[in-house]
Amino acid sequence: METKLLTQFVGDPQQHTIERAIEHGAYQAWQKVLKEIAPAALIQIVKDSGLRGRGGAGFPAGMKWGFVPKDSPKPEYLCCNADESEPGTCKDRVLLEGDPHAVVEGMMIASYAIGCHTAFFYIRGEYDVSQVRMSKAIDAAYAKGFLGKNILGSGYDLDIVVHRGGGAYICGEETALLSSLEGDKGLARLKPPFPAVEGLYNCPTIINNVETLANLPHIVMKGAQWFASLGTEKSKGTRIFSVSGHVKKPGNYELELGYPLKDLVYGLAGGILDDKPLKAIIPGGSSTPLLLPDKIDTKLDFESVAAAGSMLGSGAIIVIHEETCIVWVAEILAHFYMHESCGKCTPCRQGTGWMYEILRRIEAGRGKMEDIDTLLDIADNIEGNTICPLGDAAAVPVISTIKLFRDEYVYHIEHGKCKVQSQFKLRAK
Amino acid sequence: MILSDSAKLQISQTAKRYPKARSAILPALHVAYEEHGYLSDQMYEEIAQVLDVKFIEVAEAASFYTMFPKAKRGKYLIQVCRNISCALLGSHHLTAYLLDKLNVELGEITADGLFTVVEVECLGSCTTAPMMQVNAHYYENLTVEKVDRLIDEFRSRK
Repeated sequence: METKLLTQFVGDPQQHTIERAIEHGAYQAWQKVLKEIAPAALIQIVKDSGLRGRGGAGFPAGMKWGFVPKDSPKPEYLCCNADESEPGTCKDRVLLEGDPHAVVEGMMIASYAIGCHTAFFYIRGEYDVSQVRMSKAIDAAYAKGFLGKNILGSGYDLDIVVHRGGGAYICGEETALLSSLEGDKGLARLKPPFPAVEGLYNCPTIINNVETLANLPHIVMKGAQWFASLGTEKSKGTRIFSVSGHVKKPGNYELELGYPLKDLVYGLAGGILDDKPLKAIIPGGSSTPLLLPDKIDTKLDFESVAAAGSMLGSGAIIVIHEETCIVWVAEILAHFYMHESCGKCTPCRQGTGWMYEILRRIEAGRGKMEDIDTLLDIADNIEGNTICPLGDAAAVPVISTIKLFRDEYVYHIEHGKCKVQSQFKLRAK
Repeated sequence: MILSDSAKLQISQTAKRYPKARSAILPALHVAYEEHGYLSDQMYEEIAQVLDVKFIEVAEAASFYTMFPKAKRGKYLIQVCRNISCALLGSHHLTAYLLDKLNVELGEITADGLFTVVEVECLGSCTTAPMMQVNAHYYENLTVEKVDRLIDEFRSRK
C-alpha cells in the first residue's frame, strides 16, 4: 500500500493553485516557523527527524544545513535542485506539477533555517509544465505576502528566483548546478571547498532536492518524532519511487522506506509485462548496479539496497524482462554518459566515449573477445579518478552488466548477435 | 539588430533578479531561442551587450547545452527520448517510424519545413514511456495510432 504523505493531494487537478493548496494546509508550516521556531531549533528538528536527501546520495539534510558557517560575512544561498535527469527518474516532476506550493514552502523553510534571503529554483529546461506551475506558485506566494520583504511582519526577507537550465544532465550534480547558475558551462568543481562553505558566487550555499524540500512542511507541522516513526531505523520517511520499463502498471508510487521491492514490482506495478520472466532490476536510476531476480526480496531503504549490492539512488526502479539483450542496455546507458560527460576530467571525457564505441561494436556484431576486459579496464580507470560522480556512474552499468551477464557478452561476441532479441516495438494502440 | 527591443528588455529585467548579471546568460539564451527558434553569433553579441559580459562568455555557455542550437529546425521539433525506460518500450521503433512516415533523416527538416526529428536523452517521462517532446510539450504513452493522430494534427495546424 502507498503511504501518501507528499503525494496526498497531487491527484487534485486544482492543487497547483494557491487557493486549493491553502485549503489543504499549505503555508501553515511556514507561518509556524516564522512565529515560533528559531533557525537553530529548526535545523535541530530536521536533524532529529532523520530526513536524508532524496536526490540520490541520501546525505542527512539537517547535517548538510549545519555545515553553513555561523559567522560568515557573506550572504547565504539556497538552491532547489529540480534538474531531474537521472534516467528512470520522474518523481520530482510529480510534485512540481501536482503540488508546487509544497516545494515552494519547503524552499522557504530551508532558506529560513540557513539564513538565506535569495533562493534559486534551478529546473531542467525541458520541464515546461513544472516550470510554469512553479513560477505561478511563487508569484501567488508573493501576492499573499509569504515571500518578499518583512514576511508576515516577521522581519525576515526572502526572494525566490526561477532559473531554467539549458539541457544538461551534469547540472543535477550540485557543483555543476552552481557553475550553470553563474552563467557558465555546467562544469563540476573540485570539493572541498564544499558548497555549504563556498558555493554560489563563492558564498555559503545549500543545494537540496525537490522531494527533500517537500518533506519539510510535514516535519514542521507533525514533528521530528512523527517523521522518524516512518520508515526504517536509518532510512526515515517515504520516497516516491518511479517504476518504469517492463511492468504492467508503470508509475510513481509513494512508499514508506523499507517497503518490499517484490510488493512494489509484482503488486502495485502489476507484475512483469506480458508475464515474462524478470531478468534484472535497476533499483535507483541508471547509475546504480543491476539486481538479479534473486534479490527481489530486498527492502527499499538505503541500507538494504546497499546490502543487496546496489544503491537506492534516486528511487527510480527500471524493470527489465528476460527478452532484453543486456549488451544493448549497456550500450544505451553508455551513450547517455558519453553525451552527458561535461568534459572536464580526462578519464570521464575519453573513457565514456571509448566504452560506448566498444559496446556499439559488440552490439553490431563486430566485437572481439578482449573487448570485455578492455571495457572493465576503462571503467576501472574512470572510477574514482574524476571530480564528480558522473564518471563513477558511467562505469557502473558497464561493470555491473559484465559481472552479472558475462555469458551474454561472450555469446554476443562469438555469434555476432544478441543472445535474446530485443527489438521492442511501439504498441499499435 | 536581431533581437527585438522587448526581448532585450526582458533580458535586462531578468538580470536584475540575480546578484550578478552574468547569471542571466542562460535565461537570455532562452529568450532569444523562443523568439527565433535558433541561436547565432549576432544574438550572442547582443546578449553580451545587454548583460555587459564578453561575447565568448555567452558563446561558451550556449555551446554547452542542448537547448540552444545554432541550426534551424522544422516548425515542429520532435524530440524522441532514446534512453532506457523509453527504449524498453519501443522508442527506437518510434524514431524509425517517424523518420519513415515523415520521409526525413534524423536532424534534417522535412521538405515542407514542418518537422525535424531528433533523438534526445532522458526527459523525465519514464513512467509514461515511450514519449516525445514536440516544441515545449510532452506527448506520452505513445502508440502508433497516437503518433499518426498527432502528426495529422500538426500538419492541419500548419
